[in-house]
Amino acid sequence: MASIGKIARRTFLFGAVAIAGGAAFGWWKHKTPYGNPLEGMADTSTLNPYVLIDADGVTIIAPRAEMGQGIHTTLAALVAEEMDLDLADVRVIHGPASSAYFNGGMMREGVPFLPIDESWLANTMRDAMVIPAKFLGMQMTGGSTSVVDGYDKMRLAGAAARATLVQAAATRLGVDVSTLKTAGGAVVAADGTSLTYIELAADAAKVSLNAAPEPKARSEWRLLGKTQPRVDMVAKSTGTATFTGDLRLPGMVYATVKVNPNLGAPMNSYDASAAEAMPGVQKIVPVPGGVAVVATSTWAAFQAAEAISFDWAPASYPADSAAMMQVLADSMTPDFQDSRSRNDGDVDAALTGDIFTAEYSVPLLAHATMEPMTAAALLKDGKLTVWAGNQAPTQMLTEAANLTGLPKDKISVEIMLMGGGFGRRTDMDVVTQAITVAKAMEGTPVLVTWSREEDMTHGLYRPAAMSRVRARLDGGLVTAFDLSSVSSSVMASQLGRFGINVPGADPTIVQGASDQPYTFANYRVTGYRAPDMIPLGFWRSVGNSQNVFFSESAVDELAHLAGADPLEFRMSHLTHEPSRAVLQAVAEMSNWGKVPAGHARGVAFCMAFGVPSAQVIEITNTDAGIKITNAWAAVDVGIALDPGNLEAQVSGAMVYGLSAAIRGEITLAEGKVQQQTFWDYEPLRLPQMPPVQVRVLENMPSIRGIGEPGTPPAAPALANAIFALTGQRLRDLPFSKAATFA
Amino acid sequence: MPTTLTVNGTAQTVDLPADMPLLWVLREGLNLTGTKFGCGIASCGACTVHMNGEAVRSCQVPLSDAAGAEIVTIEGLGNPAALHAVQAAWVAAQVAQCGFCQSGQIMQAAALLTTTPDPTDADIDTAMEGNLCRCGTYPRIRAAVKDAANRLKGV
Repeated sequence: MASIGKIARRTFLFGAVAIAGGAAFGWWKHKTPYGNPLEGMADTSTLNPYVLIDADGVTIIAPRAEMGQGIHTTLAALVAEEMDLDLADVRVIHGPASSAYFNGGMMREGVPFLPIDESWLANTMRDAMVIPAKFLGMQMTGGSTSVVDGYDKMRLAGAAARATLVQAAATRLGVDVSTLKTAGGAVVAADGTSLTYIELAADAAKVSLNAAPEPKARSEWRLLGKTQPRVDMVAKSTGTATFTGDLRLPGMVYATVKVNPNLGAPMNSYDASAAEAMPGVQKIVPVPGGVAVVATSTWAAFQAAEAISFDWAPASYPADSAAMMQVLADSMTPDFQDSRSRNDGDVDAALTGDIFTAEYSVPLLAHATMEPMTAAALLKDGKLTVWAGNQAPTQMLTEAANLTGLPKDKISVEIMLMGGGFGRRTDMDVVTQAITVAKAMEGTPVLVTWSREEDMTHGLYRPAAMSRVRARLDGGLVTAFDLSSVSSSVMASQLGRFGINVPGADPTIVQGASDQPYTFANYRVTGYRAPDMIPLGFWRSVGNSQNVFFSESAVDELAHLAGADPLEFRMSHLTHEPSRAVLQAVAEMSNWGKVPAGHARGVAFCMAFGVPSAQVIEITNTDAGIKITNAWAAVDVGIALDPGNLEAQVSGAMVYGLSAAIRGEITLAEGKVQQQTFWDYEPLRLPQMPPVQVRVLENMPSIRGIGEPGTPPAAPALANAIFALTGQRLRDLPFSKAATFA
Repeated sequence: MPTTLTVNGTAQTVDLPADMPLLWVLREGLNLTGTKFGCGIASCGACTVHMNGEAVRSCQVPLSDAAGAEIVTIEGLGNPAALHAVQAAWVAAQVAQCGFCQSGQIMQAAALLTTTPDPTDADIDTAMEGNLCRCGTYPRIRAAVKDAANRLKGV
């Protein structure tokens, strides 16, 4: 995949020739919230930052980072659809870091309304919340927001590019625009005259449109709504896709880091005399909390890093996991109350008589992306280039400017393909290290690669959390449901590292519990904010990952107490039709109620990121332990742009949830993370993987993203299946602590 | 001391430490970056290559052990213009998500199909167990291995 730098150079080479550079298109000018980052790139003339045409053809600039979720293909399809191009005829690249690519979808759901509340007030608030996102100008990939943000923007960009090209052709041919069609990368006149987009580009860039063009009606879609071959598939199947660690620049040196395993604490001192004498070692460079070793190979750097002795400052948080869980338990008091965003009816009055009570817990989790943290940087001639697979490129720009004192126009951020993100690559840690090393190695490109052990022990972890649920049944129905959830604040930790202070409650502490569409008459959700302990980060589905486990385990327990079928019990407490439909879909697919002999099933449902998501998991007992034999999932994304990719995301997100549910656990002892690699933090492997059937529905009123909603139901569906099979109710993750798995 | 090995059909002489793992010889000595570093201790399979026809974790093979050996990496299996049957099956099944583990998955599958042209589900489970995928592409990997078997048999 080409980078923006390569495009610029090629465009420059062609600059003096026929087409006078390239042209970037789209509907942007009428709002111009931020400068177009492609403006002034070589001698291109630009209208908007999403479509670029040069002598080689059409390039679509994806404003969101590709970490495996297939977003480049979908964003490109939105543009290609409007331009009557095939995906095979366009190139897709990561855009430069620019506030013009702010993510308005990110803040849209950060409002205190249920995602099913489409009332005037809720929508007005959601629209108002776009403003602070724009104000922050955060170019962020996360929160399953990319298609929410890009659905209109990218189609408008494509439609505007097409309209300007058609206008340019009309002027050149002296005909009316209504007589022109577009096909195969060209504008075609009634008499068959064909002018390619490439030859029209320079003229088209000068066209001003009077009004925003209308995107195509859905009935006219050729690409959207159908499974598209991913634009990165051939490269990723041939070893030719370039991840950050695959960069090879002339004179490049290789580095790794060792940072204090007492997370966030400084390094008192170090002795690198033995390391410095090792072959291939070039330099030891202090970085925040530790050192980087620069060598002629990554392997030499890894070895030398092991030869350094350190005096680490101690951790400032409780020393072990048990002490941390005690902090959580002690924080479930009024002093630590953070939110009560759900408070229907009168829970206190309704919670009388025979009350159901249960407590649940989840541990810390690492993201454990397949590609360890990696970044490259080069500081030369007063310019800095930084390469990384990162979910927050504009933050990289800010970080780079702060570290180097360079103006932002002397800094180039190159976003690379990510070997998994899952939220981990929102952070700046490895980026900061690469820039710090580049400053110490001015003129020399450096590639920083973490060892797997460094990666596992220096994560930005999904917080540990605990929950207490109290509820009352009356006539087989839930009359009162009171869920308390406690954890440290992910928002304060992650955004704090960005220098952003988020006032008020942290909605992620109760995300997945407070925003569910159940109709319990008396329904209360209270978030408690435990003190900050270790560094935390956004982990695929964020607060949903713990709260859906708490809530859906409790709902299942209540169903069994009521003597009801767990799936029908959920239906009895749902009036929201799209939510009912996903449950009906998994019931149908699994032939719910007709369980093969010796097997058992569990169901779970949630609304996450505005997507109703239901799963049924089927298990059996084998000599080797519990085996998952089948799984069914249904989601509702409003508009299904790419069914094949949606299926892959839901299935993969379920695996991510099952990996965590079965064995996922990060523990601390003496202030340090104990797990080191995939042997002691072992995700699901292929033999454990059941067949998965996914159904995608479109009953929701607006389009939603799918990177995360498949994760939350996996753990409770498995817990509920284990109860159905064994009668054992597992309330603490991971399940391998109490059960054996095949 | 210079070491000679055959990589993707070409004899290569490298002057690198004898104990440097083949993984880093390939990635940084020969700039064949399709083979990935995931863990360095054979727990993930991302670095899988063929050595004398067998799938090995290149992070566990010191250069001295690879001397004189025939090494095939993902780049040598096929390329975008001429896909190997396993790669073609991977593309057809649209397996990859992030793609970081897929070079290793494909090399492992290709080795399996060389010895076991008609693998059962159990054969696939056994052969592919050491190759992790955090994106959870396992169902499509299974389907692609079966499709590749058919392609190789000319079905």
